[in-house]
Amino acid sequence: MTDAGREIAVQSRSVGDVAIIYASDYLNKLSGERIERECRRQLESGCRTLIINFRDTELVNSIGVSILVGVIDAAEQSTARLIFSDVNNHTANLFEMLGLTRHVSLATNEDEALSLAAQI
Amino acid sequence: MDTDTQRLLHTFSALADLGQEIADTGDFEEMLRNSFHLLLGSLAIRRGGVTEYDREGHQLRLVAARGLGVGTSETFNIAAHHARDLASLGSAITLADATKEAERFLEDHKSELASIEIDLLLPLVVRERLIGIVLLGEKASGEKFTEEDFETLKVLSRHIGVGIHSHRLLEEVEHKAIENQKLYDGLRKIYKETVHAFAAAIDIKDRYTQGHSVRVGKYSEIIAREMGWSDDEVEGITIAGYLHDIGKLIVDLSVINSPERFSAKESKEMSRHPSAGYEILARINHPYAEIPLMARYHHERIDGNGYPDGLKGDQIPPGAKIVTLADSFDAMTTDRPYRNKLPLEDVLEDFRANTGTQFDPVVVCAFCRAFLKEIEGSKERRLLNLLNRNYDNVESVSPLLNQLLVDFDGGSLAATAH
Repeated sequence: MTDAGREIAVQSRSVGDVAIIYASDYLNKLSGERIERECRRQLESGCRTLIINFRDTELVNSIGVSILVGVIDAAEQSTARLIFSDVNNHTANLFEMLGLTRHVSLATNEDEALSLAAQI
Repeated sequence: MDTDTQRLLHTFSALADLGQEIADTGDFEEMLRNSFHLLLGSLAIRRGGVTEYDREGHQLRLVAARGLGVGTSETFNIAAHHARDLASLGSAITLADATKEAERFLEDHKSELASIEIDLLLPLVVRERLIGIVLLGEKASGEKFTEEDFETLKVLSRHIGVGIHSHRLLEEVEHKAIENQKLYDGLRKIYKETVHAFAAAIDIKDRYTQGHSVRVGKYSEIIAREMGWSDDEVEGITIAGYLHDIGKLIVDLSVINSPERFSAKESKEMSRHPSAGYEILARINHPYAEIPLMARYHHERIDGNGYPDGLKGDQIPPGAKIVTLADSFDAMTTDRPYRNKLPLEDVLEDFRANTGTQFDPVVVCAFCRAFLKEIEGSKERRLLNLLNRNYDNVESVSPLLNQLLVDFDGGSLAATAH
């Protein structure tokens, strides 16, 4: 998806063989699809632990949830581990209520997420 | 916030977003994909698809999908009686459903649905007709669908069904509009051909003026275009030119074909033709309303000395003023039984002498401008091609045309707006 004809890149970085992807302030179709593409790209390039950092995310709408379910599917098919970090209380409750937390681990912050990743 | 409240808010938010998606009719496929995304996200459902029912082809066509395996069929056959069953059922069906209608459908389709891990079906029904089916897999929570979930999904899927139905209606309306346009174009073509045939019939009656009506139509068209009239108006005046003499059909043949100048009695008989033409044309519902008036007033003069009504100046419709000039020009530039065609110089001199009394200066100037543009080569040679049949060296009248413009339009070559 483009904004004013220009692709907006998703912020991401690698720590060893762990990929950390940063979600935007509002996880909707536009930003969600960018995250999904980045996750799939990381999985295709062999990454087996993905951390999605929600530190800037205030709201996740239904399309955002559906996209995250897609990311969960993709990770499971690649036998990769998925960790969500820095999720605010409201969003954490939403993920809990909808059962996403059955498939992903939640971490308070990125360090905790990296520790979790290292435990595997 | 307790879980129930949060669940309710999440559902409401999905419903609000869905309403917005459905209202945005820009891209139907995109609308469907987004709407389905919203439905899946409302309960974090892992996979599914939206199918649209093709009543003629007895097929369900997959129009949006998420999480279904690669190689999932794009179409599913569905018997007409199953479509009727599902439409009458109208509620969600689980693969374990035991209602009679659902059972009959599942008998034929259960294994196919199970193979793509579909657990739940939501028939999309609008006005008691099956529009499609939403196919859904399990929830991310792994929990069974609750009655509340069914209610949520029912509301959301109903929106999707209405969206598909509205899109279909819109497509049908567009299809009918295209068909109507084709029909209208066909009728218009028939109308024009009929008018052309009438013009030929009018001219056949008068053996000395064959082709007169068609030429008057063409001259009128050239003048009106130069005056900046719209395409529709130009088409209207062309037809008025074709039909302006239709009243001659009721004039005695011996008068029309008299080799001499008309006697007073013959003139009286002949002067009936504009009113008679109006009477004939007024009975027809023309696409261009002023055609009967143009026929009635094409022998009016702006000084009020014309016939049949002795109208003056602006009382005469602009179209009639154009047809008047076109009619006179053709009469002077073709042979008549009592005289040969006039030299072009004499024709233009006649224009100069009668502009302001018989002819409207605005129309005369538009004619001169169009004529000059054709001579200069800045316009297609239509007037010249009509004249070249009867005249050599038409281009030599340029100075006279320019002089007419100086006399009546201050020498301006700019088009006068209608």
